[in-house]
Amino acid sequence: MSAISDGIRDDFPALTQEINGHPLVYFDNAATTQKPRAVLDAIQNYYEHDNANVHRGIHELSNRATAAYEGTRDRVAQFINAPVHEDIIFTRGTTEAINLVAATWGTVNLGAGDVILLTELEHHSNLVPWQLLAQRTGAKLRFIPVTGDEGTLDLSDFDGQLEGAKLVSLTHISNALGTINPVAEICAQAKAAGAVTLVDAAQSAGHMPLDVQALGCDFLALSGHKLCGPTGIGALFARRELQEAMPPYQGGGEMISKVEFHKSEFNVPPHKFEAGTPNVAGAAGLHAALDYLDAIGLDAIHAHDTELAHYAKERLSGFEGVRIFGPTEDRGGLVSFIFENVHALDLATLADQQGVAIRIGHHCTQPLHEKLGVPATARVSFYFYNTRSEVDRFIEVLQKVINLLR
Amino acid sequence: MSVTLNSIDELADNFELLGDWESRFGYLIDLGKELPPMDAADQSEVNRVHGCQAQVWMKLRPEAAGRITIVADSDAFIVKGLIAVLLIIYSGKTAKEILAIDCQVLLDQLQLAAHLSPTRKNGLFAMVQRVRELAQAIQVEATE
Ligand SMILES: Cc1ncc(COP(=O)(O)O)c(C=O)c1O
Repeated sequence: MSAISDGIRDDFPALTQEINGHPLVYFDNAATTQKPRAVLDAIQNYYEHDNANVHRGIHELSNRATAAYEGTRDRVAQFINAPVHEDIIFTRGTTEAINLVAATWGTVNLGAGDVILLTELEHHSNLVPWQLLAQRTGAKLRFIPVTGDEGTLDLSDFDGQLEGAKLVSLTHISNALGTINPVAEICAQAKAAGAVTLVDAAQSAGHMPLDVQALGCDFLALSGHKLCGPTGIGALFARRELQEAMPPYQGGGEMISKVEFHKSEFNVPPHKFEAGTPNVAGAAGLHAALDYLDAIGLDAIHAHDTELAHYAKERLSGFEGVRIFGPTEDRGGLVSFIFENVHALDLATLADQQGVAIRIGHHCTQPLHEKLGVPATARVSFYFYNTRSEVDRFIEVLQKVINLLR
Repeated sequence: MSVTLNSIDELADNFELLGDWESRFGYLIDLGKELPPMDAADQSEVNRVHGCQAQVWMKLRPEAAGRITIVADSDAFIVKGLIAVLLIIYSGKTAKEILAIDCQVLLDQLQLAAHLSPTRKNGLFAMVQRVRELAQAIQVEATE
């Protein structure tokens, strides 16, 4: 049994509503999570009391806003065990964090023929930026294959694939299949081969304990909105030594130390990578989210999510004609599936009529779906506020939907 | 319930009678299941209607006296049902008649929109758009 009580749902105003006359069952947490009252209050509080621009004012409100913003940098560093808070660059989210690495580190470090090693599991966010970089620099993309419906990485030729690789960039948890990749082992091997590593932690941050030093990665990207925080704020962990040698990302205020008409000198990292007025309210919300999650405990959250995923998988396997994706072991809190002769779009539409929110489509992993030979899958993804009885309700609704469609 | 329908009014009446979502969707799905099949060869890229989350193919076939038959299919049942509704609205009419129809008014009459997500509405709109484009092309060809 989970250590997290159902009472925790009371912290989430959005979870108490009815959809189409039925209590909402929100199973689209891999897309984004709901927000606890503590996060909503932190944002409201920031705007009501502390709102000002950061880093520039002499006045009290500006000092408070700067303290809120920089305080969150410390908090994020602590949350992922980064050695120093300067290792944290604020971004809009995972997508921007990866694009930042591609535009800065990638531009000066990759050249014609260099290999960017990815996996077939990657979200478009950890694929398209590298395609664009490859077009600019002449670098080549290479992919660690997945084993099929199980969705685990086939690392049998990993050593061979590392040949010529300057960068290894991979997802920690697959948003499409739920696979948890052996990131620490992969980073260690990549490092030994002289490659820089990036971990896409969009699905793992806030879902399991994260420690960048234990993972041994050079970069790590995360999104606030996927861990109870607001949209529009995320972070890039970038080891300081790498940041020093990276050119600026965008130009503007905040990122400079001295500007003349024809040239500028840049601020020190990480500010050098944060042009313009940042999302301070978002940072305040993110801080509250991290506090909230730590109070529950990341181990307890991970145990809860995976337990629900295993339970859902077990219940789903009771259906006739179902195909379930993802690994048996080491699965994150989500399950993807399809039914023979039933379109996922029909499933999701009819489930929504009964208040059950599920995701369908290629989940921003089109090439992976191409490989699996399915245009779309249906996905249920869980967070700590979901319950076993919601899974039961989902199964009951699914049965009804299947009856209607067959 | 019979699914051979002649007019949108009849369809609207039937929808009205079926009060809850379950019977309405059940009815829509049945309409889709009765859709005349489209040749596999016609389920091709040229006939693909993009903008829907499911795959949709559509083709307009000119018949005698300028009338147009619409042939369409999808891999999702609810979309097939929506295609059936569009067929009731458009099929068997001339290009001129098709272009004169305000589809929105008819769909509002069915109160279908209340059950459709914005993405789904975009998909439906993409199909309506394609019918109109193809009808337009036929009309232009006829007057040349
Ligand atoms: C594995 C993975 N990577 C990257 C992203 C992109 O995150 P965001 O849209 O927050 O930038 C997502 C979110 O959908 C994801 O699941």
